[in-house]
Amino acid sequence: MEHITLLIGIVIATALVFDFTNGFHDTANAMATTISTGALAPRIAVAMSAVLNLVGAFLSVEVAKTISGGIVDESAGIRPAMIFAALVGAIVWNLVTWLAGLPSSSSHALFGGLIGATLVSVGTHGVHGDAVVTKVIVPAVAAPFVAGLAAMLATRLTYRLGRNTDPAATSLGYRAGQIASAGLVSLAHGTNDAQKTMGVITLTLITGGVIAPGSNPPLWVIVSAGTAIALGTYIGGWRIIRTVGHGITDIQPQQGFAAQTGAAATILASSHLGFALSTTQVCTGSVLGAGLGRKGAAIRWGTAGRMVAAWALTLPAAGLVAGAATLLTDRGTWGVTVVGAIGLAACAAARTISRRRPVTHANVNSVGLPAEPAATPVTAPQQVPAAGAVPEAAETGAAPAPAAVRPSAAEAAALAASTAGPADAARVPGTADATGAAGAELPAVLDPVRAPVAPAAVAAVTPPPAPTTA
Amino acid sequence: MSIDWHALGTVFAVTLLSTVGLVGIFTLGILGMSRRGGGESAAPARGGAVALGRTGACLCFAACAAAVAYGISLIAG
Repeated sequence: MEHITLLIGIVIATALVFDFTNGFHDTANAMATTISTGALAPRIAVAMSAVLNLVGAFLSVEVAKTISGGIVDESAGIRPAMIFAALVGAIVWNLVTWLAGLPSSSSHALFGGLIGATLVSVGTHGVHGDAVVTKVIVPAVAAPFVAGLAAMLATRLTYRLGRNTDPAATSLGYRAGQIASAGLVSLAHGTNDAQKTMGVITLTLITGGVIAPGSNPPLWVIVSAGTAIALGTYIGGWRIIRTVGHGITDIQPQQGFAAQTGAAATILASSHLGFALSTTQVCTGSVLGAGLGRKGAAIRWGTAGRMVAAWALTLPAAGLVAGAATLLTDRGTWGVTVVGAIGLAACAAARTISRRRPVTHANVNSVGLPAEPAATPVTAPQQVPAAGAVPEAAETGAAPAPAAVRPSAAEAAALAASTAGPADAARVPGTADATGAAGAELPAVLDPVRAPVAPAAVAAVTPPPAPTTA
Repeated sequence: MSIDWHALGTVFAVTLLSTVGLVGIFTLGILGMSRRGGGESAAPARGGAVALGRTGACLCFAACAAAVAYGISLIAG
């Protein structure tokens, strides 16, 4: 057995960081609706999800035998430096979407990173275009439709069956149902995604000659991968939880239960019938479906549109970053060092930016919510102040120094519209207060997400009773 | 390039049936449990209906628990 070289050590550490971002990115999949309906207190929800992720990591020994599942030609010479570049690309994109509060697929980010690194290092023949379509694009496009339709029909059914009952008498039951199905999603997530990181680390160890080809992951790999994803889950991607739990539509317990069950059923059915669908798209699709299934529920199509844009950008964006990183890592040790430093700087920057407007367990549910759980008619008028608030916010921001601040105030308004969604009217003035800082700094980071989608978001806000009802 | 439409169709059908079925059964269970028997003034015969509702609810919940157990076995498998 050879010693673990510094490069392999760095790749393993980076893989664990990716696993961590994967955890906090995907907490929303399992727990967003459970938290937004109040079935579980936020911190209890993420703790439960973390434990189940950890359990899931140990549950199955069927570790991914390939890093990319056949998307890139790994026999064409995949080297630790390329894996490193791919992981950096995936981490950076995960952080950007996290800052924007958008749920995007961590697996797609990893695939995108690998594709970008392979294109730069090996060339186009290293990427299997067919596999990209059949294993990434088709599952991602089909997922929201399959899960969304199932959740929509289930929501209709449960409201119809329970139309004569007292909500107070049934809420406990729906709570229990949501917790059970959210637990299943967490468990499946721990098994799938922790395995993925274990596969990456194991294959890195194999390429470095540390362990024999075909061997199972050492125990420390299983433990560290499981711990990293659980820790990420526990820290909780509150921004994304808020988007999924409140940003798409206002979720009632019945809808939360139908959405979670639909997500769990879709994930399990698809992965065991040989057509694995993308978990992130399944979970957000089922929330959307649950929104469509309740009469009078408002869907914020602007938020949904931004999510779809983020999904579409994930592969190319992560690939771009990874490709650029590969150009450097291919130069040797100094290149790897530079990429590592840039990666660390990106993590630090993301952390700093997130501190400006922190989203935590304490305020994950408090934004955009009317005082009481919204009854049907409340949702439409609720959007009218939102439409009014945007220009108002721009004025507030522009007041102190009109000439200099106006552009960034406009940006802040666009940003508020794009990151907050109509129901976040309450937060818009707050955004404008920090106009100088947030308005100037965020766009640079968020541009890839915001640029193509902000107009759509604004369009969704301007007509007072936005295209809402189902 | 061959997209496995058959597998996708199967996934679609199984997902639809299992989701709607499970949610439906669970809802029936909740309804059975929440049946109050019409309050204080109800006739004694209502007691039978309540017991029937409870039994049915327990059956529904047992079916859902079995589905969850099957789900766990799929994950572990």
